[in-house]
Amino acid sequence: MTAQLTVHDLEAWYGESHILHGMRFEVRKGEVATLLGRNGAGKTTTMRAVMGMLAQRKGSVGFEGVETIDLASHQIARLGIGFVPEERGIFASLSVRENLLLPPVVRQGGMGVSEIHALFPNLAARADSQGTKLSGGEQQMLAIARILRTGASLLLLDEPTEGLAPVIVEQIGALIRNLKNRGLTVLLVEQNFRFAARVADRHYVVEHGRVVDEVPGAMSSRDVEKLKAFLGV
Amino acid sequence: MFELIGIPPQALFGQLLLGLINGAFYAVLSLGLALIFGLLNIINFTHGAQYMMGAFAAWLLLNLAGLGYWPALLLAPVIVGVTGVLIERFLLKRLRGLDPLYGLLLTFGLALIVEGAFRQVYGVSGLAYPVPPSLAGGVNLGFMFLPLYRGWVVLASIVACLVTWAVIERTRLGATLRAATENPALVQAFGVNVPRLVTLTYGFGVALAAFAGVLAAPIYSVHPLMGANLIIVVFAVVVIGGMGSILGSVLTGFGLGVVEGLTKVFWPEASNTVIFVIMAIVLLIKPAGLFGRAT
Repeated sequence: MTAQLTVHDLEAWYGESHILHGMRFEVRKGEVATLLGRNGAGKTTTMRAVMGMLAQRKGSVGFEGVETIDLASHQIARLGIGFVPEERGIFASLSVRENLLLPPVVRQGGMGVSEIHALFPNLAARADSQGTKLSGGEQQMLAIARILRTGASLLLLDEPTEGLAPVIVEQIGALIRNLKNRGLTVLLVEQNFRFAARVADRHYVVEHGRVVDEVPGAMSSRDVEKLKAFLGV
Repeated sequence: MFELIGIPPQALFGQLLLGLINGAFYAVLSLGLALIFGLLNIINFTHGAQYMMGAFAAWLLLNLAGLGYWPALLLAPVIVGVTGVLIERFLLKRLRGLDPLYGLLLTFGLALIVEGAFRQVYGVSGLAYPVPPSLAGGVNLGFMFLPLYRGWVVLASIVACLVTWAVIERTRLGATLRAATENPALVQAFGVNVPRLVTLTYGFGVALAAFAGVLAAPIYSVHPLMGANLIIVVFAVVVIGGMGSILGSVLTGFGLGVVEGLTKVFWPEASNTVIFVIMAIVLLIKPAGLFGRAT
């Protein structure tokens, strides 16, 4: 498989704070890769740096052969990268329908609204509700659904299971496998190691703003122990 | 002739109409301010000067290019709106992410420069702008005489406010604007060119001010300081309605214009201060304004 996203020597800052210290990893087309690590390791910052949402960043981020480090975040999104932020980013002043239709279509091949409603029936039933009135699970579904409309081929999902009931976590897992089967590439930030182990083809372990280890999805018991030690679980 | 609460109806309805006209200007101007504050987080003190520029643009189009009121009503907002785009692109853009106080200071300074420059060239005595012939005269409604042009000002302002409100609340562009007001970084990460949206929003807010300026030109004389006096009241309207609230600024604008007009009938001495008294009371009871959301 060819690499769809390549990150080399990525450094990023929040104001004076130097957060990423040379992140280096790649995500191959059609795979699900995770960034695993403890709180504050730099996983979310990596997502935001890849999306161009941090003013201070340097290094190299390549998407399908295009260097994006100097692009604005709307230009990066229009290359075909969809972002689902931590805490979902549902807009309170918009209805469910407006939230769903908000991101512009960036490529052909995205799902239509009827297809999305078939996949997430609750979103159809509550289309006129205020976005933030949905349950946590429904909000997560909406956050993912609105990106599926855009035709993005690489999805960045930042902690999609955070704060959700186990049954909803199961549904999110099934959805990610479904997206992979449709040929989409997923980069996932997770703290829930057990969830990540079930859905991912590959894991990168992040510590102090850099990748310190790479573990295959099909883990040996030794890999599991090593990951548990890294994550403190 | 019958009387209402001891007041001759001509006086009462005359002041009500005057209140509605003032309210129309308050509403259109505060709508522009609310739009700009909502997305740019900038308190646009240049708004009064941009209202004046709209009136001057109409006067210049008439006297230099021979273009009358109706073409000016379209062209002046576009011309002044373009100056707004340039101000945002080259000046306000540099202040993004800084304390809103910097934006307030910059726009206040710009207002002083613009008003000073117009005063230098055109003096302070004011320039006459004729009522368009198609709206000259008036109709006798029985209880009052309604000058056609003044009725048109109220109607045009209501339509401008309704159209702006409908675009913001009922269209995808409006949804994008509302979302960008909440979380511009995320909206940009979805592929929306938010910097361009910000620039165009500022330009549109400025164009609204210029539109009000053209409407005002035949009623008041075209004067370099015509916006300086008005803008203080308009800021009070925005504070009462709730900073950044579109609906709040429109309803409060018309409502306070009427309240001001009625105060002129019943207690003329208080008419200049009534809006500020209401502002003080609203701030004490509901600091976010009548339609604002507490943060």
